[in-house]
Amino acid sequence: MDSNDRGVSRRIFLKVGGASAFGALGAGLTVEAEAATGVDTSRTVLPYPRQSVVTATKMTAGAPVAFSYPDASSPCVAVKLGAPVPDGVGPDRDIVAYSALCTHMGCPVAFDSGTNTFKCGCHYSLFDAEKSGQMICGQATENLPRVRLEYDAKAGTIVATAVEGLIYGRQANVL
Amino acid sequence: MSKQDRITLPPVGAKRTNMTCHFCIVGCGYHVYSWPENQEGGRAPNRNALGLDFQKQLPPLAATLTPAMTNVVVDRSGARRNIMIVPDKDCVVNGGLSSTRGGKMASYMHTPTGFTQERLTTPMIYAADQWVSTDWNYALAIYAGLAKRVLDKDGPNGLVFSAFDHGGAGGGFENTWGSGKLMFTAMQTPMVRIHNRPAYNSECHATREMGVGELNNSYEDAELADVIWSIGNNPYETQTNYFLNHWVPNLNGGTADKKKQRFPGEAFGKTKAIFVDPRRSVTIGITEEVAGKENVLHLDIQPGTDIALFNTLFTYVVEKGWIDRAFIAKSTKGFDAAVAANRISLEEGSKITGVPAQKIVTAAEWSYKPKATGQLPRAMHAYEKGIIWGNDNYLIQSALVDLVLATRNVGRRGTGVVRMGGHQEGYTRPPYPGTTKIYIDQELIKGNGRMMTWWACNNFQTSNNAQQMRDAVLQRSAIVKQAMLKARGASAAEMVDIIYDATTKGGIFVASINLYPTKLRETTHLMLPSAHPGEMNLTSMNGERRLRLSEKFMDAPGTALPDCLIAARIANAIKAMYEKEGNAAMATRFSGFDWKTEEDAFNDGFRRAGQPGAPPIDSQGGGSGNLATYDRLRAAGNNGVQLPIKEYKDDKLVGTEMLYADGKFDTADGKAEFKPATWPGFSKPVAEMKSKYRFWINNGRTNEVWQTAYHNQYDEFVRGRYPMAYLEINPEDAAELGVAAGDIVEVFNDYGSTVAMAYPVSSAKRGQTFMVFGYFNGIQGDVTSDWTDRNIIPYYKGSWGNIKRVGSMEEYKRTVSFKSRHFA
Repeated sequence: MDSNDRGVSRRIFLKVGGASAFGALGAGLTVEAEAATGVDTSRTVLPYPRQSVVTATKMTAGAPVAFSYPDASSPCVAVKLGAPVPDGVGPDRDIVAYSALCTHMGCPVAFDSGTNTFKCGCHYSLFDAEKSGQMICGQATENLPRVRLEYDAKAGTIVATAVEGLIYGRQANVL
Repeated sequence: MSKQDRITLPPVGAKRTNMTCHFCIVGCGYHVYSWPENQEGGRAPNRNALGLDFQKQLPPLAATLTPAMTNVVVDRSGARRNIMIVPDKDCVVNGGLSSTRGGKMASYMHTPTGFTQERLTTPMIYAADQWVSTDWNYALAIYAGLAKRVLDKDGPNGLVFSAFDHGGAGGGFENTWGSGKLMFTAMQTPMVRIHNRPAYNSECHATREMGVGELNNSYEDAELADVIWSIGNNPYETQTNYFLNHWVPNLNGGTADKKKQRFPGEAFGKTKAIFVDPRRSVTIGITEEVAGKENVLHLDIQPGTDIALFNTLFTYVVEKGWIDRAFIAKSTKGFDAAVAANRISLEEGSKITGVPAQKIVTAAEWSYKPKATGQLPRAMHAYEKGIIWGNDNYLIQSALVDLVLATRNVGRRGTGVVRMGGHQEGYTRPPYPGTTKIYIDQELIKGNGRMMTWWACNNFQTSNNAQQMRDAVLQRSAIVKQAMLKARGASAAEMVDIIYDATTKGGIFVASINLYPTKLRETTHLMLPSAHPGEMNLTSMNGERRLRLSEKFMDAPGTALPDCLIAARIANAIKAMYEKEGNAAMATRFSGFDWKTEEDAFNDGFRRAGQPGAPPIDSQGGGSGNLATYDRLRAAGNNGVQLPIKEYKDDKLVGTEMLYADGKFDTADGKAEFKPATWPGFSKPVAEMKSKYRFWINNGRTNEVWQTAYHNQYDEFVRGRYPMAYLEINPEDAAELGVAAGDIVEVFNDYGSTVAMAYPVSSAKRGQTFMVFGYFNGIQGDVTSDWTDRNIIPYYKGSWGNIKRVGSMEEYKRTVSFKSRHFA
């Protein structure tokens, strides 16, 4: 929780500041607060790993590449769409990746290369790989979580850096 | 607001209450967890209230839990609490499933920083050219003062209402009673229409007159049927978990053993499904996927020809002898007259409906031809707005129920002739005080009425001939607005004088009682803030008459109140005015509203119906509603009890699974009545519109949107998907018009014009379109006609118009998916 995290930080700040009567700058106090609690309360972003997914030139349009991210129990799929999309990466700006678990109840979604959509056979939800995982029709309450990608032009690799949206079956994306 | 990649878990011991989803009629059971914001559960199964192990990835189908199912709410004390609303696995209705609508209930609870911040939190009055907040005392001084003035000077007919008559959000047995008692007992006005139709009438006159109530089976019967008919009805999108949790298990063979156990000695083949719909709906493709294409029949009739289809089938089964003559003789009347009046040959029926004769024969064989083991098949006939808003509601329903009665597909398990329903039900009101049905919209257009109240509904988006009605009301309300603008330093009593005077010059005063300002804000002078389930205790029943109590778990925002208590405040304010002037007779009429809570209203209406000494009360709970106390309903949880209640035994409410199992129907002599339903063709205005314009503008709900999108329009998940009402159109038609996906088109005819976002789909036939109804951005009702059937039920589905491209939205093209919504 954004606001809660800030609230907790402030309380710790006051407590530590009061008890120790530090006259130092806020930055120094934050470090002291971390030391006092053993938890880095300044962080509101989950510690996603950077992970090389695939070599861009080895991908062909319509042939999905399965991988796991941010850990081995979270199946994901990278696809080359064949035409650029707003958040696509790679030399042709057409590579995207998504969690392969339907946000509704966690069934695996299947990629349909004919339409560039993901289909869930459990309750018939459809997601558009070309529109940021937007639910086309279905019973999910969230679009398909999108794996944030970067293109390492030097190495020619697609790198996963984060996931936007909660992966099914988790309290947080990073366990 | 939550981070979108994590959620706060409820700690062990978090408060848990019951909630029936307040959107569609199915009424899925949910649990609400609420706990202080500064607490959270842990990932270990013994550290969170869900008992789930979040230390590792959950397997598929283990939970339905998304950020949309969480929120932070603020009580009137200022205390902040986390809430989580998740489906109940033990609820027999949904078995733990959630739909895309109900799954967002938590998001739709009020929070000052979320999109629900648009909620009305105080009464608001249009004063000095702007909307300002006011308190209940001033708001009621105006509302009650003006209502009393109109009553005294003009009588009840000056007081006009459009009001909900249902359950779920914007409804409930408490609130239909509170509003009904105010309108019908205290004010005694007949100038009332219902939220979705322009008079005070039923959507089911025919079937009720025939002795067959429209909700006569249980959801379990869909698991037991040999054949399921889906008539003018698209259940995957509109009754989602009834379809997924009860139809699908039958269609895929999952209930075969259950059928054998229930009906020994009876043969069962593959379950069949028959759809009657001019459009290939999303449900049809999914059903083919589930049941196999060979077990699904799509009777894609020409629009408006349902009567001819059912009459053809009726004629055919009578000729074949696939009817229950013993049942017809013993339990019905009027059979021979109906056979004569409804007679249509296969050839003629095929010609009118456009459905090949062989398909009609196959439908009859699947559904009515006796089984090898001798029994008549169990065919469940489910219908909804294709019939309700079809070409003559009264006659279509007559024709359908004639066919069903002849083949005895009612009163047997695995059968039923049932409405699928839109919202939940929850009707308890004094009898309507009029003697005829009044076409209220026409009265408003003609300049009648001095004070109009829209109560938990919004006909600016949902009426037929909506543009003309809107124009009339806007013009008339502007006269009152001008008068109010010119009032300087007026007291409440003087303001009432000023408003009343303006209504004598063609003006009308408009009030709206609602959760949100809605599009009615454009015409309203006073808005009163109401509450919805979770902010109040509220009872409703679903499509199998299952009564549940949704428990209050948070405060309504600001000074918002449940509708029943708003009704009570209005009544008490008027009563006090009459007492002050010594008018005891009128003060007595406005008495009986001394309710402190919504439970008081429930006890006064639903529980008093049919009891000794009670006034006449029309209640879906009947005379045994008295047995349902809040305490007993709380104990009955999300499974509740199916009305009518038979008894309270061993600390449990015992209900009724199926009506008419004893062959006794709801007529004076207990015999169901066949009704002649001769195919009438099209009415003159509809036929003219049909011949004049190129496109059929079919319309209805879409899966992701609830009603007028009153919540959804602020929700990026839905608004981002459908920023404007979409119009499905055949791609070749679109090409001929120069229209591409994401273009804005104007749809127009002699009744009005509206706009939509073009969505070409290959499943659309040439000349046939489908537009989302009731939307906040593009109103389909603007191009529906003013024609109605004999009971003032509109033919909403019967719009024809022309279409032209007016522009293009690059933003829509960039962000909105225009891919097929069909799974298969």
